[in-house]
Amino acid sequence: MQDFANADLIVIEGSNMAEAHPVAFQWVIEARKRGARVIHVDPRFTRTSANADRHIPIRTGTDIVLLGGVIRHVLENELYFKEYVQAYTNASTLISEEYGDPEDLDGLFSGYDPETGTYDDSTWAYAGDPEQIARGLPERDETLQHPRTVFQILRRHYARYTPQMVQDTCGISPEDFEYLATSIAENSGRERTTMFAYALGWTQHQGGAQMIRTSGILQLLMGNVGRPGGGIMALRGHATIQGSTDIPTLYHILPGYLPMPKAGQDDFAEYTRGIGKKEQKGFWANADVYAINLLKAWWGEHASAENDWGFHNLPRLTGAHGTYQTLMRMLEGDVDGYFLFGQNPAVGSANGRMQRLGLSNLKWMVVRDFYMIESATFWKDGPEVESGELSPEQIGTEMFFLPAANHTEKAGSFTQTQRMVQWRDKAVEPPGDARSDLEFMYDLGRRVLAKLADSTDPRDRPLLDLTWDYPVDEHGDPDAEAVLAEINGRHIAGEKAGQPLASFGEMKDDGTTIGGCWIYSGVYADGVNRARKRTPGQEQDETAADWGWAWPANRRILYNRASADPEGRPWSERKKWVWWDEESGTWTGKDVPDFPATKRPDDPGDPSKGGAAALAGTDAFIMQADGRGWLFAPTGMVDGPMPTHYESPESNIRNPLYAQQSNPTRVTFRDEDNLSSPGAMGAGGEVYPYVFTTYRITEHHTAGGMSRFLPYLSELQPEMYCEVSPELAEEIGLEPYGWATIISARNAIEAKVLVTERMTPLRVGERTVHQIGLPFHWGRGSEAVVQGDGANDLIGMNLDANTQIQNSKNNSCTIIPGRRPRGAGRAELVEAYRRRAGLIPELHPQVDGADGAPGAGPVTEGTPHPMRGPEEASAVPTGEPSMKEMRNR
Amino acid sequence: MSLLAGEEGPAAQSGWGHDHERKGFFTDTSICIGCKACEVACKEWNRNPIDGNLEILGSSYDNTGALGANTWRHVAFVEQGRERIEEARESGRKLVSLGMPGIGPKSSGARGATPAGDLSQVDRTPPDTPEFRWLMSSDVCKHCTNAGCLDVCPTGAIFRSEFGSVVVQQDVCNGCGTCVSACPFGVIERRDDGTVSPFAVREEEDPRRGTASKCTLCYDRLVDGEEPACSATCPTQSITFGDHPDLAEDAKQRVADLHARGMTEARLYGTNPKDGVGGTGSVFLLLDEPEVYGLPPDPQVPTKSLPKTYARTGLAAAGMVAAVALSFLGARR
Repeated sequence: MQDFANADLIVIEGSNMAEAHPVAFQWVIEARKRGARVIHVDPRFTRTSANADRHIPIRTGTDIVLLGGVIRHVLENELYFKEYVQAYTNASTLISEEYGDPEDLDGLFSGYDPETGTYDDSTWAYAGDPEQIARGLPERDETLQHPRTVFQILRRHYARYTPQMVQDTCGISPEDFEYLATSIAENSGRERTTMFAYALGWTQHQGGAQMIRTSGILQLLMGNVGRPGGGIMALRGHATIQGSTDIPTLYHILPGYLPMPKAGQDDFAEYTRGIGKKEQKGFWANADVYAINLLKAWWGEHASAENDWGFHNLPRLTGAHGTYQTLMRMLEGDVDGYFLFGQNPAVGSANGRMQRLGLSNLKWMVVRDFYMIESATFWKDGPEVESGELSPEQIGTEMFFLPAANHTEKAGSFTQTQRMVQWRDKAVEPPGDARSDLEFMYDLGRRVLAKLADSTDPRDRPLLDLTWDYPVDEHGDPDAEAVLAEINGRHIAGEKAGQPLASFGEMKDDGTTIGGCWIYSGVYADGVNRARKRTPGQEQDETAADWGWAWPANRRILYNRASADPEGRPWSERKKWVWWDEESGTWTGKDVPDFPATKRPDDPGDPSKGGAAALAGTDAFIMQADGRGWLFAPTGMVDGPMPTHYESPESNIRNPLYAQQSNPTRVTFRDEDNLSSPGAMGAGGEVYPYVFTTYRITEHHTAGGMSRFLPYLSELQPEMYCEVSPELAEEIGLEPYGWATIISARNAIEAKVLVTERMTPLRVGERTVHQIGLPFHWGRGSEAVVQGDGANDLIGMNLDANTQIQNSKNNSCTIIPGRRPRGAGRAELVEAYRRRAGLIPELHPQVDGADGAPGAGPVTEGTPHPMRGPEEASAVPTGEPSMKEMRNR
Repeated sequence: MSLLAGEEGPAAQSGWGHDHERKGFFTDTSICIGCKACEVACKEWNRNPIDGNLEILGSSYDNTGALGANTWRHVAFVEQGRERIEEARESGRKLVSLGMPGIGPKSSGARGATPAGDLSQVDRTPPDTPEFRWLMSSDVCKHCTNAGCLDVCPTGAIFRSEFGSVVVQQDVCNGCGTCVSACPFGVIERRDDGTVSPFAVREEEDPRRGTASKCTLCYDRLVDGEEPACSATCPTQSITFGDHPDLAEDAKQRVADLHARGMTEARLYGTNPKDGVGGTGSVFLLLDEPEVYGLPPDPQVPTKSLPKTYARTGLAAAGMVAAVALSFLGARR
């Protein structure tokens, strides 16, 4: 995080960093003290804006137009970093003749199947000989003039993203746009760098992944990747969310970003070739080694070359198994039991009412938390009990509440945004019956194994063969460092048998090494827990390599080969980071070089070899199959190789760019409790004329499990509130600090009203757009110190197709003065508005807000592509959709 | 003997000698992000009760309201439009040209000295004047050089510590409340409720109930060589703790930096040893006039005028005696 301090410009967009990441924000303050400029782009003026040089209010969901506008600005005015773009990006690569751009297809990329609502990405492929493409050597035109070069495609694609278009779409004045674009241009290049920071303000959109891609393209064009004070900081949702994707709590990936195999994917060699082929460039060529070491870590002696390292033991995906798909199955009665670890879906997940109804359909449920959170008590004091819709007698869910140890009461690690793993020791024993998650899982596993000990059923073999043998302390708590040592990996045969691996480079494909997560290999090198390093800043240089440990190989900036020019010299003295030292014949610098240590800058690479040997001396993006940063992503995204603007499904604004209103791949669930306003696509949209966006505040933590139960935090922000502009308050008749009721197509909630100039009505074309801010920390239940209506009750389960993340940031509502009705009156109020909007399923079959949007059908991944990169697998695997009524539209 | 502390500083004056440098806070509100971590850390360390009725106060993001018996750190939130910002910038500029102490470049000499020259005409391009700003500032006990609460305490419960801070001994305090009216900042208060948490199970009553209560500068941490809980927690170093002369120097430097960037609204509060409380142990960098943050613009220690009052009272008494004597003398005739 301290790399923020090296930036000359920090653009915080899609993040309220000062409020949600106050500790990390110290580095933004440090950068400002050193003279950096900070720009905050956000629908609301927040505590982040208060500490920025300028706040630019934006209409939520239009970030691709704003940043696309900046892309156009730097391309048309030749302000991009030419040498960098030329050497390190795929700007010169030629794209297939079959590729069709949304500019020519009115909002759709080529390869769209309206039946399924999905893309076949084969037309987005690189041009050239397939054999050469597989070796990372597609056709290129180094002059960037060929009309099918990525560079020219990019220019044409963003040609209409003019300052005027920005104003008409985002509600941002030409002056503010000029300020942003000029700031970025002036703070990029050899001497200066710009950094972007985003968080859930980008991810929680249908099309959120593409917003992040837009800043990725811009940062590549400006030469701000792999350099100090550059890059894109993905500010995580809470502690160690980075860690929980590295070693995932996600259904579609395995540790180290190896994809989860899909049903029918039974050939191990084919599985690993799908991740990375031996002949391709870069480090994904060794995907088989990483997978073998993981399988050896899990199944030990039972994993051998003869049985494909126990590959058959891994479960296979039959469809999307995200939290929302699982909820739909609960509602259908197909889920018996549910474990909740540190999650409070009754408050924190979209469409709270459906969440609670789903939980009430379970046979049993285990909640492990510090307090009796709403997800543990919804059956007796939830909103549906208050309304009379549910009663405790009707609910058959057997509830087990098991108190959990908190982070000071257990040892373990946190991995933060910049991939830094930081260890924490146990400070105190957990009180009473509270136990660590590690102990709970380990003990649960041992009990299950004991019950299965005599089983001869082949389906129990994967469990019985697991290595499940961690040392425990006198309280029965497993040694977390032993888990870290397994993740790091060790030699199990030969001279070094028993020794920890020094790096993933030591991993073997012959079963003589094990390693639970290849990217973490080295964190326990020499048997030293490097994540525990705590050398104070004053006692080391600014890189601070002796504080914690960053994966991979304690490298603080990824792709840092790009911090030097193609000849290997620093771009400038000021931004010196890693460079080629001719004398020693190695890469050296302030960081661990992210490049084969002795590969000369003028090395042409050996395409016949594949892997690291195939990389040329200028192939800075060593994880990409062609060694380049991707301005154009031929594979990896399910909704297009380049970001393009769509309106949110509930938006009351017509897409100013295309007839295609909304992202054609978006995922939703057809259900009468999950309706959407038709927005601009139907007359009923005007019933919900305002936009609402949800967020967090410093005083609370996500769904409140760690804050609303604590008096000292509760008193700081005791009540649910909404933030509205003085203009909207005037229009509606809202009293400051009085009550308002907010109604969406899903539900109605009440909140105290904060009338503030921090909310700005935006002029968008002929329309004034009012945006309403809603923190989502409150929920209904009797156990917390403070309670209130939950903002997530208003939100539908409408997902981004790349990530299966819900759209929480851009939905429509109306707002009226006063408190909401009690009892059954609440549902009647919601129903009355739905009727006016024409949202009655039996009368209006097309109710998900996109009449005329093509496509409805199961979600599948695009066909495998010869250039398929090493990126993590799509969230949605191939195969029959397991979800009834799941629609991808 | 004067009731006011002299050049040696309040601790030395109180008989501690010079073993300890005076300690204090520098609260730089220009980098406060309003996270309120100081409020929470303070309450956690001191086990202070929660305040209020758990309802929105109606003051932007501030639901604490003010310093008091239970709240020893309070973060104010002030929303301002462009007009007020320009006024603040102008009033800050005037402070410089008037030669107000404590403001100006480092070259201006010792603390309290007038900065060199009239800086109001220097061309300094201000940063983009925002349309709107949101000020945040963490307030705390000032630990005055001349502390009214300490002066008036009849039981000796309030004492001057070796760190120069002003601390209440709650086991000595009899809850008379005299100190409450003696504080020019409205900081000290009597605690009427000893409850920490609505769910806490208390085996014995809080002995602090009914006694005067305020920030101790974490006296119990200082004696162990630790810094106060609030400054240790502050993520942006908006609150720093240290030796008072160093802090005052840092504060002056920071104001000079901000002025050099055209932010002439920046000014210091509490660094002037000639003000009505002899300067404060807790100094602040503000971005507007003190009243905007709920701070008195010209705080006066009520005991400051005591010597004069006693002298005048004595004079008046003597006059009375003389008059009476005269009247008797006259009556003899």
